[in-house]
Amino acid sequence: MTPSLEVRGLHYRYPDGSVALQGVDLSVARGERVALLGPNGAGKTTLVLHLNGILSGDGEVRVGGLRVDPSDRSGITEIRRRVGIVFQDPDDQLFMPTVAEDVAFGPANLGLRGAELQARVDEALTAVGMQAYRDRTPHHLSFGQRRRVAVATVLAMRPEILVLDEPSSNLDPASRRELSEVLRGLPVTVLMVTHDLPYALELCSRSVVLDQGRIVADGATIELLADSDLLARHRLELPYGFDPKLAAAQLAAGG
Amino acid sequence: MGAGHAHPLYLDQASLVHRLAPEVKIVATVLFTVVVVVTPREEFAAFAGYAALVAAVAAVARVRPLWLLKRATIELPFVLLAVVLPFAGHGERVTWLGMSLSVDGLYGAWNIFAKGTLGVLASLLLAASTTTRDLIRGLDRLRCPQVITQIATFMLRYLDVLTAEARRMRIARLSRGHDPRFLWQVKAFAVGVGALFLRAFERGERVYLAMVSRGYTGRLPAPDGSTATAGQWAAGAVVPLLAGAIAMAVVLR
Repeated sequence: MTPSLEVRGLHYRYPDGSVALQGVDLSVARGERVALLGPNGAGKTTLVLHLNGILSGDGEVRVGGLRVDPSDRSGITEIRRRVGIVFQDPDDQLFMPTVAEDVAFGPANLGLRGAELQARVDEALTAVGMQAYRDRTPHHLSFGQRRRVAVATVLAMRPEILVLDEPSSNLDPASRRELSEVLRGLPVTVLMVTHDLPYALELCSRSVVLDQGRIVADGATIELLADSDLLARHRLELPYGFDPKLAAAQLAAGG
Repeated sequence: MGAGHAHPLYLDQASLVHRLAPEVKIVATVLFTVVVVVTPREEFAAFAGYAALVAAVAAVARVRPLWLLKRATIELPFVLLAVVLPFAGHGERVTWLGMSLSVDGLYGAWNIFAKGTLGVLASLLLAASTTTRDLIRGLDRLRCPQVITQIATFMLRYLDVLTAEARRMRIARLSRGHDPRFLWQVKAFAVGVGALFLRAFERGERVYLAMVSRGYTGRLPAPDGSTATAGQWAAGAVVPLLAGAIAMAVVLR
């Protein structure tokens, strides 16, 4: 089966000359949930913006077998349908006057209209449990609700892969748990960019570590988190008192 | 619809006027205002007729007079200008309570006051019965250039975000002992405005990236929903037609 995401030898240098990515190789199989870990400034967001062709460097990115090529206009529309990016600040993502209109924005750009469009909106809002808020103004929702609506805005495009940039940031523990329940229930490939290591352990069986523009580790999340030398080398730290082995055992027992 | 409560001029209730399509109400308000403005200022009866029309629409829309009058105070600065005119005007003068007033100035003041008030009241009724979002939708259906409706949509959405950001920055300044009382202490505020501008600018860039990621190519999808029916246009035409009839009646008399 073609992998959902395939990145080969990706290099990128910002216009000011600073190097952001130096040879990233990454493959994510269909249905897999993978955490992309790395300290601030490791190039995580830069990598994410390559996945849907907003930035383009040397190397190759394929989404569900289709090559990302920003010069191919119709191809890039399909790529942007396949890659659903949920940005870190929901206020950047939610810009329409109501929740339903915002969720409709993506599929409408794909050419959906009328009843079909409404069905997509309902489907996406139901998936994140926000159907009751469809006519509300995004600004009046709580932060956790806005983040869930932001997830719905890309789900409505039925993406091949859902890319979440720091999904747990600024959430209270209850919203954090609600979001993880939503994400776990979605039948979609997930790439989760985060430095919230317990969240990565909870949601993703596999993790990759990006540092200084390179993938420096790739393996089972529990193995990576138990390797304290590896974490220390790449400025990753577990919260005080957090024991990854114990948490993994609890997770396995609790399901 | 629950979307209206960010908007202090909107009255969330059900009425015949609320149910009219926004584009109908916009056209009716503009036409009514045009008729009011072109009416010669000496035709007092006509203005009484217009006022009666406004009162009738307010009654149908279930807007209380006090609510309207309170919000109509926005026109006070213009009325102040009108008050000056009778004293400053030229030509024939009359004496009233020992004050010498210019007749031309009195007419001028009346002109500003009557037409201004009617225009403000009509706009307030439009705002009271239409959410901001519907207003934008109405403008869009009236073929208003998309650049303008898009800017209005973004303003509507991000004004609150920016206000909240400005408030947080102010609280952070006050928390660090900033206590601006005199003009020469305004520097921190001015720097804050600059920082807010930069943040707004950067946010604009991030919003654009997020939009492009969802397939934005420069045009917002046309909002769904039914456009106005012939019946709605007919209902909306009643007020401007009556106003036009009043104007014709007094001019041809």
